[in-house]
Amino acid sequence: MTHKTILNETHRALGAKMVDFGGWDMPINYGSQIGEHHAVRRDAGMFDVSHMTVVDLHGARTREFLRHLLANSIDKLKVSGKALYSCMLNEQGGVIDDLIVYYLTEDFFRVVVNASTRDKDLAWIGKQARAFDVKVTERADLSMIAVQGPNARDKVFGLLMPETRAKAAKIGKFVATEGDGLFIARTGYTGEDGFEIIVPEAQAVSLWNRLRDAGVAPAGLGARDTLRLEAGMNLYGQDMDETVTPWEANLGWTVTLDEGRDFIGRGVLEKQKADGGHRVMVGLVMDDKGVLRHGQRVVTRNGDGEILSGSFSPTLGKSIAFARVPAGSSGTLQADIRGKLVPVRVVRYPFVRDGKAGAGV
Amino acid sequence: MQEIPGDLKFMKSHEWARVEDKGTVTVGISDHAQGLLGDLVYVELPSIGDTVKAGSACAVVESVKAASDVYAPLSGTVVAVNEALPDKPETINEDAYGDGWIFVIKPDNLAEEQEELLDPDAYAELIESEDH
Repeated sequence: MTHKTILNETHRALGAKMVDFGGWDMPINYGSQIGEHHAVRRDAGMFDVSHMTVVDLHGARTREFLRHLLANSIDKLKVSGKALYSCMLNEQGGVIDDLIVYYLTEDFFRVVVNASTRDKDLAWIGKQARAFDVKVTERADLSMIAVQGPNARDKVFGLLMPETRAKAAKIGKFVATEGDGLFIARTGYTGEDGFEIIVPEAQAVSLWNRLRDAGVAPAGLGARDTLRLEAGMNLYGQDMDETVTPWEANLGWTVTLDEGRDFIGRGVLEKQKADGGHRVMVGLVMDDKGVLRHGQRVVTRNGDGEILSGSFSPTLGKSIAFARVPAGSSGTLQADIRGKLVPVRVVRYPFVRDGKAGAGV
Repeated sequence: MQEIPGDLKFMKSHEWARVEDKGTVTVGISDHAQGLLGDLVYVELPSIGDTVKAGSACAVVESVKAASDVYAPLSGTVVAVNEALPDKPETINEDAYGDGWIFVIKPDNLAEEQEELLDPDAYAELIESEDH
């Protein structure tokens, strides 16, 4: 069965090309994926991300539960509204999903997980929550619109009542606030500033239309993918899954091996870290013409690796990718594109920062 | 969608072929195909002098989304390629049946092989049925 967000008809009326995305009928573009990409990098664009799963966690022991569930430390969140990016691991240290968790009150945390992993995430969270007496509630009644770009915040401010506007203008990055019936988080998946706004379904179409009237360009999931890749952000299912640990997906920065915290998967992560020699994820740039794609073979001196996320970068005008390769791979590698070995450079990412090529890219 | 010019023949895989007055055949991909692919970012052309067989892959078009082979509608020799495309692949998005042509073939047995191709009405019917 195909799910539809409340904005489905709105997308169609805007001429969107719709595709199946993890069981959801979603807009891939509204005409030009590259045009939408540039709109976000240069001005402001918006994405319907209502397919993502919002889960509320209630209970006196919620923080204690999240200490156990997440590889990142929930104790970094000390102020209400603060957000944290983390992996949720299985017992083998493999990534079940990546997520954002918001601290609201000691007995109320909000988690946003991926759409394609909804069922297994809810099952896993529900199973783990029982021991902590935490109530898990999926908020299917909520929609979500991401407004991103250098001018995104200003365009959102114009639609808010003065009191909410003041609150939204004050929050720093990775912090959320509430007002006008909206949950407004200064987060995103594009590398640009902006907000992800969680809105009751009944208000979502009107919010979308008001944003459009304010000059925010509708952007599809195609542009979202090239934007997040340029920004160096992982995509679950492509860059990591349950067979991959955070060390192997360049997500070590999200793992906190703090004293005495027994999170799921910790033992395996500690052992792999101590042993070393595991595969690593690197950023690649191809200066030749062509496009790096998921699944292509990468040839290194230490053995073969493979392209994870790969695409054309509209900002750089050439192809960029993530690849998982044997430890110690650096310098120039080769990608196997339809049987032809093409040189690719290992670079530090983000590939794009502040709308321009990152250093060394 | 752009209207389909009446002088074209099509493959089911969305290539078009136009028989020119001098007997050569110009080849491109249909407006429908460019729409499916989205913004094109790369075109790999055949070489002039290549011998191609009807139905064989002889060029590649890549969009942000996917790479797609372009098949030769007819057997023959490649006598021209659109040198402007590698620098401006978006030309195919903008004008699939005109400036977005990809290569020209001097066909070996035009009369026989062109019978295998679809006329504009049959092609329109095909893409109509694919949309549902």
